[in-house]
Amino acid sequence: MTAPKLIKAPAYWSGAAIMPGVIAIGPMLPGTLAFGMAFGALCAQQHFSLAEVEVMMAFVYGGLSQFVAVQSWPDHLTVSSIATLALLTLTVNIRFALMSASLRPWFGTLPRWQAYPSMLLVTDGGWLAATRYRDHGGADAWFFVGGGIVLYFAWLVAAIPGYLLAEQLTDPKKYGVDLAMPAFYAAMLVPAWKGPRLAIPWVIAGIVALIVHWLLPGWWFIIAGALSGAACAGLMEPPPPKHGHTHE
Amino acid sequence: MLRSDVMVAFAVMTAVTVAARLGGYWLMGYVNVTPRVRRMLDALPGSIIVAAALPVAVNGGPVVMFAIIAAIAVTIIFRNDFIAVITGMMVAALARGFGFGG
Repeated sequence: MTAPKLIKAPAYWSGAAIMPGVIAIGPMLPGTLAFGMAFGALCAQQHFSLAEVEVMMAFVYGGLSQFVAVQSWPDHLTVSSIATLALLTLTVNIRFALMSASLRPWFGTLPRWQAYPSMLLVTDGGWLAATRYRDHGGADAWFFVGGGIVLYFAWLVAAIPGYLLAEQLTDPKKYGVDLAMPAFYAAMLVPAWKGPRLAIPWVIAGIVALIVHWLLPGWWFIIAGALSGAACAGLMEPPPPKHGHTHE
Repeated sequence: MLRSDVMVAFAVMTAVTVAARLGGYWLMGYVNVTPRVRRMLDALPGSIIVAAALPVAVNGGPVVMFAIIAAIAVTIIFRNDFIAVITGMMVAALARGFGFGG
């Protein structure tokens, strides 16, 4: 049995994929900039200094987790309140572990000193764009890294005008900023559609996420839903090949 | 101005996030990619998207749901992520501008 669809080229580096990678994350830029600006505005209201905001942007580099953390920032930082922030960050960002895990079959053949730093660039948008590129047989690591670096610097810059314009940006929802990420997600779902059978795990993921969201406070619903969907796909045996027909 | 207690909190948050980004990749090095694991990895993108976005959409109220449906519809027609994001944001901004809540 040959399964050419499963065999994908090992990773390599060629500058040829830098521009396509940057173009692929292009649709993310307005949302990233808007989200970063909204975050900068929120930090100004919470009395962080601009230098502190930039340190957070550069090192934590997880938009949703930063938002959630700053919104619930304690008045006094103690060991226990920092531990609470860490747990909050973990529940929001643990999805990055699933994302980097899914990049292993692609990046796994690269030397460690190249693969691990690349994983520091995992974000929703960059990972989704790279996943689609990989689905179409792409193997050039620069596609992911090039797009990831652009997203990183866009994120760093975005908070500054938001921080300075905080007065005008007190209600980011007025500009639909909270829709940037869900809309991008929804848009990525359309090309990922490969028939109703392969969408069954998505339904399971959605149901489990909704249930966990109702039952548990916080952000556990993302990881619970995503793992359930993946487990469902693992349990579903592929349909047996039909007799006489070998189209595919 | 950088407050030292804030920097400690940021350092802890950074450590957790870096551990997530590197940990998943590291762990997969010990997993044999059988056809079953391959199917699980293939289902991961769609599952993460649905798990992250669906509860937000359901709890976001009619404006958020309508904006997301609009983004999906536009993607099916134009096959363009950029137009989809702009549409989703604009639909929500306009609906709220006209006084719809959520």
